[in-house]
Amino acid sequence: MANQALPRPQVPGPQPVAGAGVKGAQGTRVSPLVSAPDGVMADRAFMGLIFSCAFAVLLILILIVYELVLRSQLSWHAFGWKFFGGQDWDPVSEQFGALPFIYGTLVSSLLALILAVPLSIGVAVFTTEMCPRWLRGPLSFTVELLAAIPSVIYGLWAIFVLVPILRSYVQPFLAKSLGWTGLFSGPPYGIGMLAAGIILAIMIVPIISSITREVLAVVPQHQREAALALGATRWEMIRMAVLRNARAGIVGAIILGLGRALGETMAVTMVIGNRPEISASLFAPGYTMASVLANEFSEATGDVYLSALIEIGLALFLVTIIVNALARFMVWSVTRGTPVRSNA
Amino acid sequence: MPRTATKSVPAHRIAEISLWRRARNQAATSFAVATVVVVLVPLVAIFAYLVYKGLGSINWAFLTQTPKPPGEAGGGMANAIAGSVLILGIGSLLGVPLGIGAGIYLAEFGRNRFGDSIRFVSDVLNGVPSIVIGIVAYAIVVLRQKHFSALAGGTALAIMMVPTITRTTEEMILLVPNALREAAYGLGIPRWRTTLSIVLRTATSGVITGVMLAFARVAGETAPLLFTAFGNQFWNWKLGQPTAALPLQIFTYAISPYDDWHRQAWAGALVLIILIVGAVAAVRVAVRHGTLGGVM
Repeated sequence: MANQALPRPQVPGPQPVAGAGVKGAQGTRVSPLVSAPDGVMADRAFMGLIFSCAFAVLLILILIVYELVLRSQLSWHAFGWKFFGGQDWDPVSEQFGALPFIYGTLVSSLLALILAVPLSIGVAVFTTEMCPRWLRGPLSFTVELLAAIPSVIYGLWAIFVLVPILRSYVQPFLAKSLGWTGLFSGPPYGIGMLAAGIILAIMIVPIISSITREVLAVVPQHQREAALALGATRWEMIRMAVLRNARAGIVGAIILGLGRALGETMAVTMVIGNRPEISASLFAPGYTMASVLANEFSEATGDVYLSALIEIGLALFLVTIIVNALARFMVWSVTRGTPVRSNA
Repeated sequence: MPRTATKSVPAHRIAEISLWRRARNQAATSFAVATVVVVLVPLVAIFAYLVYKGLGSINWAFLTQTPKPPGEAGGGMANAIAGSVLILGIGSLLGVPLGIGAGIYLAEFGRNRFGDSIRFVSDVLNGVPSIVIGIVAYAIVVLRQKHFSALAGGTALAIMMVPTITRTTEEMILLVPNALREAAYGLGIPRWRTTLSIVLRTATSGVITGVMLAFARVAGETAPLLFTAFGNQFWNWKLGQPTAALPLQIFTYAISPYDDWHRQAWAGALVLIILIVGAVAAVRVAVRHGTLGGVM
């Protein structure tokens, strides 16, 4: 490894100088920082040390995959693919099917996306294109504060503030006006899929909007100027020159938000109701893959039970990895080549 | 926006079109402003509630006592605060050197395929749900030790800190001008010494900011602690024993049926936020005033 490790190749120079410097130092001490002949040995040791740090990062990922695959074997052999299609979750008779959790994870995340995407893009467009320059920094900082609040505090707030509001105002209203769709029927508990979707939406807005902002910032300024010069209004300029250019990156940001929503645990666990049932109504309680892990993992008795839970963890892991890799690729396809320093 | 009329279009038609277009422009602007308001409402609401409920609930007992049995009023979260400090300490001790080391590697020697794959892997790790990290820490520490422990909790948090620290360290070190490295090499200073005493030292404040970012992110994590640190009603300073943590305690109390526990959950949440913000602010100030400048 040490041989090909040149200091950033695009800059000419330092390598030969470094070699000569170390050798030349053997006889005469030029600087107090120069150490004698053992410099080469120390360099090797240092390289080895930081190389192993970097390698450890890779090792962690391998370890995660290894442990998850190994410990879910029991369940995989017992249920096979049926595990992901089964609706029964019965620890007593050791029958495990993950479908209600998969359904809950997908529905709550999609609901969150539906709510969060217009909001995030609106905020990003406002910060990059519309708001006065002095407001930009404080505004993006404030929105990003949302990302710094721990998940459990979102959950706490949701239980004591959001859920009561939903129960007494929002849900009765939705049931009356949109009850015929079947999405908003049943008793308004407050707790349930709707609450989970809303709290998730609040949590992913900062992620989507900050990445969208980054992506919008790399749209070349002359595109905007060209649109304006052709007589476009500001909105037409944003639509034609900015949003269209940044399309792939915005989709990437949305997918990144989805990845976050899929794996979010605490806040969802606290408000979704934790009942492994599939119901069309958003008022009904549900369950997600992450929250079943949170609730049942430490109490799982029996090897198959634990193994089934770990298999859910493995599935969650694989889905989030695929989603994240896809998103990174899309964001990268827009921002590549330009040094991304958001102008916030 | 400046718009000029061209001669070929009659004046009344321009007025006609631009009325519609102006309306759409107005609508888009109002929509964007509205989204900002809608996004800021929960933020303000959460902080307002946290301060309002939390301040009314924090008292001396909360900060100095251990929890009372379920249903009994009083008691506090002192052991959970201490437990959080312990677990975060372990996490930082394991995660920070590893992350910084990997970041140095990527910045100074990582312009190759191996470096790219490490970069990709750390981005992937960043997206792994925290609950899954909890399972892995359970598998590698708890199952081997045969019981829940602070060490397992710390391991989980360390795994979560590494990718963030790695990437910010790399970014910060890349900002150090190459002329500095060349000057050091020119003086005959060995590579390792250049990297540690000159490059890393120049980037110190940035690297520390990255570390604090990672710290703030994991300080409030609950999911990976559920089945690693597990929680504890009593004081514990042993690494190998189940340990209380503030986020865990908040979770348990929030979903409990007792009013007094709800009150304490709010108090705990406020303390947690203050700890996170306080730690980050303290380090920022220390870096700015140079007291930490010579640490590395």
